[in-house]
Amino acid sequence: MTITVNGVSAALPDDLRVSLLDFVREHLLLPGTKKGCDQGACGACTILADGERILSCLALAVQYDGRSITTIEGLGTVDALHPLQQAFVEHDGFQCGYCTPGQICSAVAMVEEARRGVPSHVTSDLTSDRFDLDHDELRERMSGNLCRCGAYNGIAAAIHATYGDGNTVSDKPQVMPEAAE
Amino acid sequence: MNIIEDAKQAVQGLVQGAMAKAVALAPDSWMPGGEPDPLIRHQHGHVGKPLSRIDGPRKVTGSATFSAEFPVDGMVYAAVVFATIAKGRLVEIDTRSAEASPGVISVMTHRNAPKLNPPPVFMSSSKAAGGDNLPIMQDDRIHWNGQPIAVVLAESQEFADHAASLICATYEADVTLTNFAVAIAKGTEPSLFMGQPLHNEIGDAEKALKEAPVAVDATYRTPRHNHNAIELHAVTVAWTGDTLRIHDASQLVAHTAWSVAQMFGMDEKQVVVTSPFVGGGFGGKCLWQHQVLAAAAAKIVGRPVRLVLSREGVYRVVGGRTLTEQRVALGADKHGKFKALIHTGVIAKTPSNILPEPFIMPARSAYASETMLLDVQAVELDMLANTFMRAPGEAVGTFALESAIDELADALGIDPIELRLRNEPEKEPTSGLPFSSRHVVEAWKMGAERFGWDQRSVKPGLVRDGEWLVGLGCATATYPYYRMPGGAARITLTRLGQATVDIAAHEMGMGTATVQTQVVAERLGLSLEAITFNYGDSTLPGVVLAGGSQQTASIGASVIAAHRALVKELIKIAGNDSPLAGLKPDEVASRDAGLCKADDPSRFETYASILERAHRDEIRVEASPPDPLETMHWSMHSHGAMFCEVRVNAVTGEPRVSRFLGSFDCGRILNSKTAASQFRGGIIMGLGLALMEETQFDERYGRIMNPSLSEYHVPVHMDVPDIDVIWTDIPDPHTPMGAHGVGEIGITGTAAAVANAIYNATGKRMRDLPITLDKLL
Amino acid sequence: MIPFSYSRATDANGAIEQVAGNHTKYLGGGTNLVDLMRENIERPTALVDVTGLSNEITETPDGGLIIGAAVRNTALASHPIVRARYPVLCRAILAGASAQIRNMATVGGNILQRTRCSYFYDAAGSNCNKRTLGEGCDAIGGFARYHAILGASPSCIATHPSDMCVALAALDAVVLVDGIHGERRLALNDLHRLPGDRPDVDTVLEPDELITAVELPQFSLASRSTYRKVRDRSSYAFALVSVAAILNVKDGLIADARIGLGGVAHKPWRARKAEAILRGGPATIAQFEAAAGAELADAQPLQDNVFKVELARRTIVAVLEDLRDTQ
Ligand SMILES: Cc1cc2nc3c(=O)[nH]c(=O)nc-3n(C[C@H](O)[C@H](O)[C@H](O)COP(=O)(O)OP(=O)(O)OC[C@H]3O[C@@H](n4cnc5c(N)ncnc54)[C@H](O)[C@@H]3O)c2cc1C
Ligand code: SF4
Ligand code: FES
Ligand code: FES
Repeated sequence: MTITVNGVSAALPDDLRVSLLDFVREHLLLPGTKKGCDQGACGACTILADGERILSCLALAVQYDGRSITTIEGLGTVDALHPLQQAFVEHDGFQCGYCTPGQICSAVAMVEEARRGVPSHVTSDLTSDRFDLDHDELRERMSGNLCRCGAYNGIAAAIHATYGDGNTVSDKPQVMPEAAE
Repeated sequence: MNIIEDAKQAVQGLVQGAMAKAVALAPDSWMPGGEPDPLIRHQHGHVGKPLSRIDGPRKVTGSATFSAEFPVDGMVYAAVVFATIAKGRLVEIDTRSAEASPGVISVMTHRNAPKLNPPPVFMSSSKAAGGDNLPIMQDDRIHWNGQPIAVVLAESQEFADHAASLICATYEADVTLTNFAVAIAKGTEPSLFMGQPLHNEIGDAEKALKEAPVAVDATYRTPRHNHNAIELHAVTVAWTGDTLRIHDASQLVAHTAWSVAQMFGMDEKQVVVTSPFVGGGFGGKCLWQHQVLAAAAAKIVGRPVRLVLSREGVYRVVGGRTLTEQRVALGADKHGKFKALIHTGVIAKTPSNILPEPFIMPARSAYASETMLLDVQAVELDMLANTFMRAPGEAVGTFALESAIDELADALGIDPIELRLRNEPEKEPTSGLPFSSRHVVEAWKMGAERFGWDQRSVKPGLVRDGEWLVGLGCATATYPYYRMPGGAARITLTRLGQATVDIAAHEMGMGTATVQTQVVAERLGLSLEAITFNYGDSTLPGVVLAGGSQQTASIGASVIAAHRALVKELIKIAGNDSPLAGLKPDEVASRDAGLCKADDPSRFETYASILERAHRDEIRVEASPPDPLETMHWSMHSHGAMFCEVRVNAVTGEPRVSRFLGSFDCGRILNSKTAASQFRGGIIMGLGLALMEETQFDERYGRIMNPSLSEYHVPVHMDVPDIDVIWTDIPDPHTPMGAHGVGEIGITGTAAAVANAIYNATGKRMRDLPITLDKLL
Repeated sequence: MIPFSYSRATDANGAIEQVAGNHTKYLGGGTNLVDLMRENIERPTALVDVTGLSNEITETPDGGLIIGAAVRNTALASHPIVRARYPVLCRAILAGASAQIRNMATVGGNILQRTRCSYFYDAAGSNCNKRTLGEGCDAIGGFARYHAILGASPSCIATHPSDMCVALAALDAVVLVDGIHGERRLALNDLHRLPGDRPDVDTVLEPDELITAVELPQFSLASRSTYRKVRDRSSYAFALVSVAAILNVKDGLIADARIGLGGVAHKPWRARKAEAILRGGPATIAQFEAAAGAELADAQPLQDNVFKVELARRTIVAVLEDLRDTQ
């Protein structure tokens, strides 16, 4: 039983109770993914499973056997920031930085969802498959990520600065496979 | 205990009271800040620039290490079991199944916990940090519903959590007092804050109120709140020999080290508390039971311990803001001049802590009134000790006061901004002290213009956009300038022109590391790259609290003192061959990696040259600033004018904030990027306070019923509009850098601005927080 | 969390075969079950992961839809047919939880998610008949803002938290079930129970019974449908009240009306009394108000949630008005 995390394959834990979150934090020593509630209520533990954003605290690691996981450590490094990470720094999209890895992972996948045509609660025309990530669309889609420091305005600005309305950037954001040795 | 504590506070209060008079009358020049900080004149340097956070790249890549993330060999995981009655005795606690459960190393209860002294409760002495003074796992007494009764130690978190669920406790319950109304009916007690009674009287306010031609008189209620920093409270602790090392998430590392040392009967140097990153604090990341339990447990198992509170655990162990019931009565003449200002009420606390939510603080300095009556009464409940939460007192006090002012403006038919300006005081009404810096009128004018206040419909309930009723509201924000004693800083300057500043301060997202790097670079005349700012470690100099928005001032004053010592030392070693020869430290300034004569910059020598001639590789100084007498000599406050546009759904009552502007007068802004974030963050927490936040305390059982981020609502992205923030940027001549702290002011005034906007939208007065839709149906 | 075994099933038979007594639970996305296991409320000793079951959405010959139980909430809400023909379902799903949770949650799991009553969640410190029958219900007399105003009992006042189910209730969805004793078809409206004196039993399903799919009947293109959710914050919060409604108006008369209510009862509440008044009547506000009033006449609110009666009334009327005006 193996799981691929940031391009590296890892053996699943023996104890089936281990959540995907504790697996990356405690077993793989990748603490970039944060635990804010362990209840599915804050989004700090957001990671990408085959590119889709999920909450790693509500996932048992064993459920993701055979899947490919990307954590914040797989998006960029201090010396090679992902464009969105750079934008977070420039637009002050955080204060304490604790919700930040979750916000960034969430946003990367959020933009993909919008491009794929996934509608949201505030989408007025459900039959359209093109959305501009305007004020409401962006905020509704990011509402699963709480920020108690209240960096929401900076986060929105960083996402806008990186992806515009979500349709204009054609390249998929780069995911660095081997970032976490 | 409580009585002794109160008496001690009262004595401190008397001493302070007597001294305060002398300090008030002393000449300005005797005061710290009597001479403006020279840095105020530096207009084109590092200070004020929108520098991005220097720790940003680490935070956005997940490589900033938080307290639960320090890898330690041989570590044991802990899980805590909490009491389920509000008061009484633990008759039996059966830990046998837990002990027999796989992976379990030990279970700690009051039966086997090491003997500990009770925690020194915060504000009882200068380094005390305890949330309360209750003994920690020392006996079978239960003092609140949620008190830790056992700690399971196991090889993994999964083993520990499972075993914790196997522990069975039986209790003998005492008669409890958990109901606020019942407690009030039994009688209230006057309260003290920082040793001073929370009571002020000017003239006969009740009489003046009765005689005033126009008056309002209403009761406002605010519920309990929790800080809810997204980072869970966590510690990783290890004993090496007699030294205890605590990786904590802390806003007071030095206080914690000292207090923990007291409890374990150790020398404070034997406790090392580090906290390089804190995932949000807001007053909640102080010393509670979890750090002590982890340290005690580590002693029992002889291995390092990691204890991460569950989200529920945070609610059970870490106190929050208490509830208030406030009366505000205002009497005015026909022109709106205040004849009477009454702000009184009751809060709940516990017998074991000393924080009565001081909601009258804003009224002490905000407005002129012929008469005043300000008073906070307290009742004591059987509950977890309440504590500081962002702008304690002001956050909820401004809700009541600033709502009442809006009500009075309405009754008088005067614009609410105009009414505030008409009652602008010349000096602080309750103390008679002059203001050090007060430009709230400018803030109001700038804000009103930018927000478009003139668009407001004076009559409520008239503006509609489809299903939505639209309204505008405003309120004054205010927060005191504090600087607490205990600051100290060390500067190490090398021959290569690198400077390191060491101070036991904290970075919880306020931007401390970044802003202080800017300030130090400017003060020493060095580049940003030449500065290393070390903080978050109790072995560094200083006892600095990251709270009360005072850390910036405390660090600033400490660095000024250390810089002065550095200059003195440099002049001394520069000797007679230096262009600086013969100058006194006060005549010298830093520029371009060296020193010069302040009024003749051409008399200059670089640090490198001075050190080289003296054959020194580095020079190191440490100094403390004078005690903060300035805060007794001037009335020192930050101010703001808050503007809000809300929409209330006419069908469902849902209130949503659609626009917000904060116009601030907070001295000089040191970093426009991080300060804007602090303002916005405070405002957003204020929106939560206004519309959704409430810790649900079931008064039948004294138990918190929504210990969860899904049941305790904090604002999400969708709740937050674009928030405009502007500021006067007028330096306070009496503070380091001319700056004020900016961490708390944003939450003040916000709830009233929202409530007043809701009135403007709907014609309904909202006097109970949170303003949920049912109140607007 | 107690230790458990874990296995995966790729089809219904495989899943059912792996059921080992009452302590086995099917595992969907895990967003509810894992949480409840961590809280020691659910204590299965065996988990059978059923996310490998059908995740297909297929059209039936008569124009309905069959939705595999393992279809994720996001996939369902994004499906072109659902968006075009069943906006009420699409909107209900999108109103629930967060994007991350919807990416994980399955149709089967969403239907069988348990109440969010905070006393139910407080396994260590509160009494709850749903957790332990006979223990009492601490929600009564406690915080009951999110609790039921319709169909509650003296033993339990909890609500079913799902948004999706409210739309399914209005759509007359059929749940396809398989188990040791064979397959059966259940109207979604008959699946969840009212609490009565057995609040510990949420649904009529046996422990071994597996939801394999949900069937949506063919849906008249003339009908308009939508979902409106009222909550305490703009997003990522459970419903205080929600309304799923389908309306077909011909020549000013109501040809068809179906209404589901969320946040008001132990099950997704089908407002049959209101529908009866609407059907055949004029599409006027007065008629809408009469219908809503009739449905809520039976409401038995508590002090904490008395506002929900008026809130539900107003929301029903507003939703019907909206649907009428977009015909
Ligand atoms: C913070 C938070 C907020 C939320 N907000 C909302 C909201 O606003 N609206 C809303 O509707 N929901 C909300 N949810 C709940 C969420 O929608 C559910 O958790 C989710 O739909 C459950 O689906 P799942 O596949 O993860 O189920 P699981 O957790 O895997 O399973 C849930 C139950 O269903 C059973 N089960 C699963 N699949 C089958 C099957 N095929 N056959 C038989 N039994 C099965 C399981 O045994 C278990 O008992 C929220 C959840 C969280 C954590
Ligand atoms: S309402 Fe139902 S679920 Fe909630 S405590 Fe009462 S019995 Fe339990
Ligand atoms: S830790 Fe997973 S949502 Fe909060
Ligand atoms: S940056 Fe602190 S919680 Fe978001």
